[in-house]
Amino acid sequence: MKAAKGTVFKYGDNVDTDVIIPARYLNSTTGEELAKHCMEDIDKDFTKNVKKGDIIVAEKNFGCGSSREHAPISIKAAGVSCVIAKSFARIFYRNSINIGLPIIECEEAADAISNGDVVSIDFDSGLITDETTGKTFKGQAFPPFMQKIIDSEGLINYINSSEDK
Amino acid sequence: MSGMTMSQKILAAHAGLDHVEAGQLIEANLDLVLGNDITSPVAINEMSKFTTKGVFDKDKIALVPDHFVPNKDIKSAENCKCVREFARKNEITNYFEVGKMGIEHALLPEQGLTVPGDLIIGADSHTCTYGALGAFSTGIGSTDMAAGMATGKGWFKVPSAIKFNIVGKPSKWVSGKDVILHIIGMIGVDGALYKSMEFVGEGIKNLSMDDRFTIANMAIEAGGKNGIFPVDELTVAYLEEHAPSKKYTVFEADPDAVYDEEYTIDLSTLKSTVSFPHLPENTHTFDDIADIKIDQVVIGSCTNGRLDDLRCAAEVIKGHHVANGIRCIVIPATQQIFLKAMEEGLVRTFVEAGAIISTPTCGPCLGGYMGVLASGEKCVSTTNRNFVGRMGAIDSEIYLASPAVAAASAITGKISQPSEIGL
Ligand code: SF4
Repeated sequence: MKAAKGTVFKYGDNVDTDVIIPARYLNSTTGEELAKHCMEDIDKDFTKNVKKGDIIVAEKNFGCGSSREHAPISIKAAGVSCVIAKSFARIFYRNSINIGLPIIECEEAADAISNGDVVSIDFDSGLITDETTGKTFKGQAFPPFMQKIIDSEGLINYINSSEDK
Repeated sequence: MSGMTMSQKILAAHAGLDHVEAGQLIEANLDLVLGNDITSPVAINEMSKFTTKGVFDKDKIALVPDHFVPNKDIKSAENCKCVREFARKNEITNYFEVGKMGIEHALLPEQGLTVPGDLIIGADSHTCTYGALGAFSTGIGSTDMAAGMATGKGWFKVPSAIKFNIVGKPSKWVSGKDVILHIIGMIGVDGALYKSMEFVGEGIKNLSMDDRFTIANMAIEAGGKNGIFPVDELTVAYLEEHAPSKKYTVFEADPDAVYDEEYTIDLSTLKSTVSFPHLPENTHTFDDIADIKIDQVVIGSCTNGRLDDLRCAAEVIKGHHVANGIRCIVIPATQQIFLKAMEEGLVRTFVEAGAIISTPTCGPCLGGYMGVLASGEKCVSTTNRNFVGRMGAIDSEIYLASPAVAAASAITGKISQPSEIGL
């Protein structure tokens, strides 16, 4: 699987799906529209500053709240290549896997990485490198079943390809 | 091999396995797949990418447009149109149009679509509500919903569990909402992350079905995968009324089931509880609540828009008047609840007191419409989330409370419990 590298946007505990994509935009369903409002209620400059490949790092329970898949969709469509957090809310976790947005749980990385650092991630090994500070961290690897879904770029492709066989 | 929890037993049965362990990944057969007007359009769009076309079982899908319905604007109308056309094309039995619809998690049990032992997924986080009836039900996203509708199967990581041993009897104005807010305050918004919350104990008989729905509903606010209650006489009576012809299986936890943690909750010691902005875990009781002036009260939602909730609020409000300058919005969760509230005179009580009654909708709960907050405004709400901007402006504030506290607050214009108006 691929690797990612980008500048970090750092947030705290319990970043909920209402601030990732506020309900007032939920009448849109396209990634492009949703990306325009990604993180708007927690960081109004996020969409101005985020570049393709950038990385979100947060503390515990990232993505708590509503089941809206619009949340990981907006993050992915905004160009974010990976979200690293101490822990993820479970619906957000499975939604991300199902749509093929890479996410990694790693407490140490979430503690040590600062806003604005450049970070690279090797998905095969789960190795996270803070290129700004030179520190490395070992993220939790996915169970093989989830890895297969991510490799297929999402659940639908995975189901389609397993039915073909 | 250790014993299994209630949740694990239901998952094992649906995966065709004799035994499952916490952490195991399984594929299981689904009894019901649910979606609403926000999540279904995304799922319907995903459906078109499947190589196999159509739905697995037109009777085992429920589509409930409820969030922005009756349509609040053109975009919501387009979303509902998409759901309606999909329902028609696939001949979905349980599609609920305006006039039949209600808030999904109040509607499906009322319509007898959720029974004990079922495995239910819904593209809405509060799908965990049906655990009140002894079902395993959990919220998922739109892609899972699409896969569920197409294949009738879902993937699950078998959860471990926290056991809540409920004892005692609550005092007059303490309800299911206070129980669950108390628990969330105690274990935190990620206290049950990835886990089942299993409620057991002799005190459960003192919780009405509506109380249990409220408690199971907010399992997600503690990060829980599901909340679940055992089936007892009250459950059976509820099923006889709402699902008389449906067969179901009752699952009980094994005596040697393993739990990560165990808590005892003594209902007799609980007090009216309020969650302060901006997290459900920021709970307070009236021992430490100062005068907080409010602008709006909302009584409704999938958490507290049921008949018991409206009865309780009406009992508090009767003979009083909503304070000057306060908006009090009451939203029965389903048409049936609306009708009963009318027959019982609750609607009259609310209107005479200066509250308004809305057709069933999620509306203000997620800042959609019918009561969106302006900047700086404060609202006491019987809903389930008080996140930043959830009900409107990002600097508005939501205080989560029971129907009794919400009603008392509407009368005084500040956060109040019923005793403050002499009850
Ligand atoms: S009432 Fe609120 S929490 Fe319940 S389903 Fe509707 S938006 Fe979600």
